[in-house]
Amino acid sequence: MSAHTHAQVPSPPAASPLPGGRKSAEESWSRGDKIGVVMAWAAGILLCVVAATIVIYMLFRGLQYLSFSLLATHPEVGLDQSKTGGFLDPIEGTVILTILGTLIAAPLGVGIAVWLSEYARPAWLARAVESGVEIVAGTPSIVLAIFGLLIFQQSFFGFLSFTAEGNAVFGRSFFTAGAMMALIALPLIVGSTREALQSIPSHVREASYALGKDRISTIRRVLLPASRRGIGTGVTLGMGRIVGDTAIVVILLGASLQIAPENGTPVWGLLKGTGSTLTTYVYNNSPAGEGGAPQKAYAAAFVLLVIVILLNFAVDLIARRKEPGWTH
Amino acid sequence: MDPLSPPDESASDQMREPMSVAAQLPPPVRRIAVEGAPTIAQPPAGGNGHGGAATVAPPLKRMPRADTAPVERMRTEALSIAYGQKLAVNQVSLSVRQGEVLALIGPSGCGKTTLLRSLNRLVDLTPAATRGGRILLDGEDVDLFDVTQLRRRVGMLFQQPNPFPMSIFDNVAYGLRERGSKKPSKRELEPAVVGALQRAGLFDEVKDNLDHPALALSGGQQQRLCIARSLAIQPEVLLLDEPCSALDPISTQTIEETIVSLRTDIAIVIVTHNLQQAQRVADHVAFMYLGDLIEYGEAERVFGSPVAERTREYVSGGFG
Repeated sequence: MSAHTHAQVPSPPAASPLPGGRKSAEESWSRGDKIGVVMAWAAGILLCVVAATIVIYMLFRGLQYLSFSLLATHPEVGLDQSKTGGFLDPIEGTVILTILGTLIAAPLGVGIAVWLSEYARPAWLARAVESGVEIVAGTPSIVLAIFGLLIFQQSFFGFLSFTAEGNAVFGRSFFTAGAMMALIALPLIVGSTREALQSIPSHVREASYALGKDRISTIRRVLLPASRRGIGTGVTLGMGRIVGDTAIVVILLGASLQIAPENGTPVWGLLKGTGSTLTTYVYNNSPAGEGGAPQKAYAAAFVLLVIVILLNFAVDLIARRKEPGWTH
Repeated sequence: MDPLSPPDESASDQMREPMSVAAQLPPPVRRIAVEGAPTIAQPPAGGNGHGGAATVAPPLKRMPRADTAPVERMRTEALSIAYGQKLAVNQVSLSVRQGEVLALIGPSGCGKTTLLRSLNRLVDLTPAATRGGRILLDGEDVDLFDVTQLRRRVGMLFQQPNPFPMSIFDNVAYGLRERGSKKPSKRELEPAVVGALQRAGLFDEVKDNLDHPALALSGGQQQRLCIARSLAIQPEVLLLDEPCSALDPISTQTIEETIVSLRTDIAIVIVTHNLQQAQRVADHVAFMYLGDLIEYGEAERVFGSPVAERTREYVSGGFG
């Protein structure tokens, strides 16, 4: 090809100077669409403002009243606020209840997700399990709590809580509250794990079968390791729900001021006993609730908010970590 | 400076008046296509398959036939497979021999993948699938095998590379590790793992990184790892379902060489859309169309002088 011939072929102009200029798509939008876009922007910005206001206000209030002694001393009964101590027990209660609820919910939730994703036969049972998970997810925690109390006050479950004279079962303990807390975390774990399992291409399962492995080892050695991010996300989201719940603590944990272990072995006795969490502590001390110690309520609410924000941050961290995957 | 780029003078002309020039001439792509001589990828003179990284898949020199005569390992007898009412494979009888590569070719939906997946009973996983006829492995009906045992003897490689989310070592050792109490240690497994990686032509690239995650490998390396994973459990038959369709030409060539080198010990069946690939690697070719086996014979014969009209049309690119 000669240089001359080639020179006649222009390269496409970089910017296209079409006569009249290029119309941007937005200009042709209808009035309704334009209003819609403005509203969408406004809604997004408003949400940011609300979130920022909450965090900043709580930060301000919380740091104003928070002190190390509040975090490290047991709450006491007293008429004078200077003698009612801190909220060490509610913090411990939050941690114990969250761990207990997660320990119950995680294996259960992963198991349900695996069954729904990998077995799901017969179909009617799979549909029933799905609906069950959805119903539990949609039930207000106060309903779960009252239902839990009904169940755990049966003498059959007496070993899980304090039994009074005359064999009346109290029904309130870390065990019973943890069990119901597991229910509110469960749907999140099921959903997240199931999504992760279903995103694994079917040829990956087949590759395992083609190596002479059965379904169980495929699930255990291939599918679950491949779903660990989804499981982690679900568990952490579930922990956030448990940390923030109040109704179950009020009804099933007793919301006692201090952690009150039952007699018996140390750990078992503790879990059989009652206690409170940060949510009930805030409620009981805020003017909106029963107490008259708004400063302590603010400080506790701040600690609660920090825990929840940290959990959300952890979720982001888990979900965003990019791992190489398969092509479908 | 690139000799093909236009002189500076005319280039500045174009920049001054882009509209007028552009309006007079047809779009550049078209002009180049009309005026330029078509570029045809030519194999380098005396190409031996190792023309360097820049070579685009030169024709693979067919490896010399195995010294031993091919031995029949698997056979289908009047095999039919249907998905619900739809017949995917219709009365197909053919044999799979150790010492040669059998290529299943045909247009999409001709049943070649279904036929392949029936050989290790992977089709059983599809609830709607029904099967008629017989499949024999060393003269024994595959239905009589324990399915996990069958699949250990008849390995499979898939279209998309699918290493498991674990280390390179653990991927290859995966098939060797049994469930239950007796768990072989890493040291016990190492010779088998290294051997499999060597046979798959991957060992030299990964020998220092055996504990690295397998999914971080490149696509071609992943596929060779999948070959190693299959080889580790010493299969007697290896089924390949378009193993190179997701890979670049260089990786394709490496894998084709591996396939051909494996055929002495393992009976190999490859499903491929790529007729050139079939020509490069296959000793026998089975052409399928709409579930029927139209033609089956030696590769040179099927490609050189096909008997059936359909085969002739297909191998000459008439449809597909």
